[in-house]
Amino acid sequence: MTVYFLCAVLLTMGLYCLVAKKNIVKKIIGVVIMDYAVNLYLIIIGYKKGGVAPIIDKTTNPELLERFVDPLPQALVLTSIVIGLGVLALMVSMVIRLYEKHGTFDMSQISKLRG
Amino acid sequence: MENIAPQLYTLLVFMVIGSIVAVETKNLLSAVISVSAVGFALSVAFLLMGAPDIAITQLVVEVLVLIILIRGTILLDNTAVETHTDTLAVVASLVFFGLLLGFGAMIFGSRGFPEFGEPLMRVSRVYVQTGLPATYAANIVTSIILDFRAYDTLGEASVLFASVLGALALLRKDGKVKREEEAAA
Repeated sequence: MTVYFLCAVLLTMGLYCLVAKKNIVKKIIGVVIMDYAVNLYLIIIGYKKGGVAPIIDKTTNPELLERFVDPLPQALVLTSIVIGLGVLALMVSMVIRLYEKHGTFDMSQISKLRG
Repeated sequence: MENIAPQLYTLLVFMVIGSIVAVETKNLLSAVISVSAVGFALSVAFLLMGAPDIAITQLVVEVLVLIILIRGTILLDNTAVETHTDTLAVVASLVFFGLLLGFGAMIFGSRGFPEFGEPLMRVSRVYVQTGLPATYAANIVTSIILDFRAYDTLGEASVLFASVLGALALLRKDGKVKREEEAAA
């Protein structure tokens, strides 16, 4: 139960960073931390006590098949991690453009400007 | 490995401390390094929980995240961040944390959601039993992402392609109109 609590703490740290900080790079770091927390939570749900990785080789018997951890969350988290990287690349390129245009990372200064 | 709880708790506490440092440090470059430390600890945690594919992917992605974020922060000559306290944000985060704990207690307490270490595996049992005979893939995760749920992977590739296109469109130096103007002049 404590692992779920620590996951929730991690998610809340990411949300706090996203909401409270004015620096855009800090906001991106908050999104990344939330991403980590959610992926970790999904993998923890699929863990089985004394489990082994779901890979079959010559020594695998039906009894070992029962000890496999849940492969379904792993397959979906694999997708989620790569999409997280794509989203991060898009966010950082937006930040680079904003910095070239306004010369600052401070969100409160950027939102003051009206064109 | 029979009991992974002590190692897992150590890694999780390390990750929480690393994220606190990343959130509260005044230097942007050290914040980026701290969030990368969290990511590498996450990779070790995946390895510990019997997910080697995820651990490898997380490792590669983490290196790329570090490179991309440093590319984003290196623009600044002065990477210091001024601090300020936003009471509303603190209150909102605490309310969110309370809601999270409340709903968590609800689903884990009475709704029959499984405890840590006892997954449901209602769908996955079919994949584990029929993965090798049906797809001839020794790795069950591979057989899921490339065969049973291949449309998910197709969607992932589309999303990745779209985000790369967006990043390229944002980052290119001169647009088509400007080049045509130069050609006309």
